[in-house]
Amino acid sequence: MFIINCPYCGEREQSEFKAGGEAHIIRPKQPTELSDDQWAEYLFMRKNIKGIQFERWVHTHGCRKWFNVVRDTSNDDIKAIYKMGEKPPII
Amino acid sequence: MVKNLRVKTSKFIDETYKISFKFNGTTYYGYKGDTLASALLANDIHLVGRSFKYHRPRGIMTAGSEEPNAIVQLHNNTSRTEPNVRATEVEIYEGLEASSQNCWPSVNFDIGGINNFLSPVLPAGFYYKTFMWPASFWEKYEYFIRKSAGLGKSPTKPDPDIYEHKYIHCDVLVVGAGISGIMAAKTAAKNGFKTLLVDEKSYLGGSTIYQNSELFKINNQVSSSWLEKEINEIKKFANLEIRTRTSVAAFHGYNFLLARENLTDHLPLDQRNNKTRQRLLKIRAKKVITATGSLERPLIFDNNDRPGILLSSAIEKYANFFGVACGQKNILFTNNDSAYETAISLFQKGIHIEAIIDNREDIDSKLIKETEKNNIKIYKGYTIINTTGYKRINKIIIMQLSKDGQKVVGSKKSITCDCLGVAGGWTPAVHLFTQSGGKLKFRDEDQVFIPNKYPSDQISIGSCNGDFTLNEILSSIPEILKDFLNIKKTDYDNLEVQSSFNKSKRNIWLLPSDKIIGKTKPFVDYQNDATAKDIKLALREGFRSIEHVKRYTTTGMGTDQGKLGNMHALGIISETAGSKMGELGTTTFRPPYTPLTFGTIVGRNVGEYFDIFRRTPIHDWHIKNNAEFENVGQWKRAWYYPKNGENMHEAVQRESKAARDSAGILDASTLGKIDIQGTDASEFLNRVYTNAWSKLSIGKCRYGLMLNEDGMVYDDGVTTRLDENHYIMTTTTGGAATVLGKLEDYLQTEWPELDVYLTSVTDHYATISVCGPNSKKIVSTVIPDLDFSDESFPHMSFKNAKIDKIKCRVMRISFTGEHSYEINVQANYGKSVWEKCIEVGKEFNITPYGTETMHLLRAEKGFIIVGQDTDATMTPIDLQMDWIVSKKKYDFIGKRSLYRSDTIKEDRKQLVGLLTENPDEVLEEGAQIVADVKKTPVEMLGHVTSSYYSPNLKKSIALGVIRGGKNMLGQKLIIPMENKQINVTVADPVFLDKENKRLNA
Ligand SMILES: [Zn+2]
Repeated sequence: MFIINCPYCGEREQSEFKAGGEAHIIRPKQPTELSDDQWAEYLFMRKNIKGIQFERWVHTHGCRKWFNVVRDTSNDDIKAIYKMGEKPPII
Repeated sequence: MVKNLRVKTSKFIDETYKISFKFNGTTYYGYKGDTLASALLANDIHLVGRSFKYHRPRGIMTAGSEEPNAIVQLHNNTSRTEPNVRATEVEIYEGLEASSQNCWPSVNFDIGGINNFLSPVLPAGFYYKTFMWPASFWEKYEYFIRKSAGLGKSPTKPDPDIYEHKYIHCDVLVVGAGISGIMAAKTAAKNGFKTLLVDEKSYLGGSTIYQNSELFKINNQVSSSWLEKEINEIKKFANLEIRTRTSVAAFHGYNFLLARENLTDHLPLDQRNNKTRQRLLKIRAKKVITATGSLERPLIFDNNDRPGILLSSAIEKYANFFGVACGQKNILFTNNDSAYETAISLFQKGIHIEAIIDNREDIDSKLIKETEKNNIKIYKGYTIINTTGYKRINKIIIMQLSKDGQKVVGSKKSITCDCLGVAGGWTPAVHLFTQSGGKLKFRDEDQVFIPNKYPSDQISIGSCNGDFTLNEILSSIPEILKDFLNIKKTDYDNLEVQSSFNKSKRNIWLLPSDKIIGKTKPFVDYQNDATAKDIKLALREGFRSIEHVKRYTTTGMGTDQGKLGNMHALGIISETAGSKMGELGTTTFRPPYTPLTFGTIVGRNVGEYFDIFRRTPIHDWHIKNNAEFENVGQWKRAWYYPKNGENMHEAVQRESKAARDSAGILDASTLGKIDIQGTDASEFLNRVYTNAWSKLSIGKCRYGLMLNEDGMVYDDGVTTRLDENHYIMTTTTGGAATVLGKLEDYLQTEWPELDVYLTSVTDHYATISVCGPNSKKIVSTVIPDLDFSDESFPHMSFKNAKIDKIKCRVMRISFTGEHSYEINVQANYGKSVWEKCIEVGKEFNITPYGTETMHLLRAEKGFIIVGQDTDATMTPIDLQMDWIVSKKKYDFIGKRSLYRSDTIKEDRKQLVGLLTENPDEVLEEGAQIVADVKKTPVEMLGHVTSSYYSPNLKKSIALGVIRGGKNMLGQKLIIPMENKQINVTVADPVFLDKENKRLNA
């Protein structure tokens, strides 16, 4: 169980948070203009990396804010945490 | 008369405190300080159990938690019984009762022992292979295997003990209180770190504390005396917490460790009541120092598992610590110097040593010279090739080793004995380190894996780091600690150490024999009866991966996780396969290090505390009125209210009829309620529901359907516009939390520009639903100041009102199809308003109904229940709810998915009504629906999702999903059951009042 440094609350146990999948997948502004394949790309395709992964987390049992985490999935080492809307760091 | 093998007094044993205990029904005596193992050995008992597969007699092998053989059942047939307890870890107490397990009918005569002679037909993979044989074979084996195998019996009575969990945060955690751990803890504490020191034993000091030899000295004091002073000093630090009888079970990432603290297991049973038995410590440490020591390795030769064969270090501990001789005619067999430490200890205690077999040829050290001075015969360059003695070793047979150690030469010689100590060198206890994600490296000189890469702020010190001799330990630790704790000096910077240990070792994983391997039984895993032969067989059958060999041979898969023999298994694999040890890697050690009780794991979360119960404000009334309850998520919901001995069916029929004939009342407080405010609230609802919301006027209610982005129905409920920028949304009971989470997710991450605020108010309101033709009369009496005319208060509208001084929100909405009102009041007024409705409704036979009747009433109307009539594969179109999907809206969650090539298929499963040919026949929910039973394989068209007997329609009704069902109206289908076929007709899912006349009745 790792520790996550919530950008709003500070360091808390992982059990207070929930993972929300890959980060920076933007919902298309005009879904109706997309082909099935383009929509499927948004809807279904997710990376599952062994190594550095950019993902979304929410502080469910805390401030309930969503934010982004850069995590090494092989050892849970957290490289960076930044708020929604902020630019991803270069790692 | 049993023999007493107690030798010289030990200061760790209180001989003035005699304790009686029972083993396999016989009463024995031991002393305070004894373990069950030491007390049995003092009574000359070695045979303790039987092995798992061959049921070979097995004895005590070790003096610690790594014990593979001596596992016993405590207090059989009582509520405190516990299986798989290591006799080496049980501290005896008055009244202790232990029995052998894994033997039937008794440890001395065990039917399964026949497996030993059948062993040619029970090779590696035997159990796997039996599963692959025809099923009928298994029936025959099952009884035999189940009865004669099995690792102890689980308790059948409730556990009377109390357990708890405790969180601990510290700067430095030191695991293991041997000499290394004591030094580390003192250094950390002295430098101001908040330190926690834990050890699985009841005492501090590890194996050094009973090392009394003049040959090992620190600052000119015998090592145990020096360490004792250190221990006395560390007890004085206020910032150092010491917990003994505490075994670290797991070492997770980010320095999170779980430990089990034993608080009462060493006390007599009558002193345990109302005390916490075990505590699960959840430790978060900034820094971890692992000082878990090392485990002695056995040696692998033919029949190396007989009772009376122990680790040499265990024999030393029994003599030095417990004052017990393991035998009267002892032999030691070694490949390194540590057996000589044992020899000297035994000699000092006056315990006879018959001989030492050393597989090294040219050896010379102070220890050996000292041993030879005592006239102990040493066979240099020899190996044991076999042993005899069924229930206790009585003889060893030795031969000379060839120069390369690959075979034996010369003639056989046998030596009688009653105890054999084996010393195969040391294996660092790296289990916790690897659990934490640490990577090992292989050290060729002495063939050990040692810590290499640390994944967190932690360090391994002492013999778990591969420093085995006193010299190495004491010289390495100060430097490691200075670096790790970032300090300038330690108390140990200039220690003078005197150690007589020579590091030479002749490591032979599988010792040669004069027989071919197929004729021998050299055990590698004692608990699971895996031999070197089995491992070689697995390799011959093509297994290469260490993890596969482990599973196939079951090596290392016992409750001891093969702590003794894993290294030999790896060694034998690498030798046989011709690969290098370092490249093979190791098997994975998984938590827990030693078994945990279920009690420790659940702590206080037992019985009604297992999970949270949520109760509505009206809960007490339901109890008083005889309600049966149903769990819906964490909620306890009134299910039905049986009267005068009614069964569930009778109660539900009565309730359903009353609700349609006159009036019914339902506690709907569990429905999720989300308060939505903000200037963009309407736009937000437009985006999350399938239908349009902008034009909903203030004071009106609307039913909404929420989809996932994949177009599948996610939740539903009625949302009311309270004000221009203010809505109250209701969700399903089970979906409340996830719907809120999903809405917050979209608001924060996709549409942060929207001015919308969400608040969960589920628990803040009690919701009372009154329905039926007389509902208006009742509610208007309860709320006399409100205009209840259809013009002023039509269906799907809302009013603010007051009941006396209590503010309430009244919605005219209906889930039953009846004229119906929902009264929402502040939760703490819920019960009084409910009681008022009941009181007023008496003259109309107002009938409280539960969730079952609610489900029946809505099914009559064909209203879906999300999660019952839908799973995550149903679109609104599949539900024949096209009417609720806005064609005009540009976008909403899931819209685009509704016309993906897959979601527009005509033959998707679609919701339909089902009527049985026999109107009294009620279908089973979940039953499969087919068109043609003769076709093979039978084609499943769908299944029944809801089914009831409707007292209002006087017939059976059901909802189901059927492939292409939308176009099958009137078609006859079949529901095949175990012993019959039920004929059904596809019908409109709305069974009652299709014109919705009753809403305004
Ligand atoms: Zn937070």
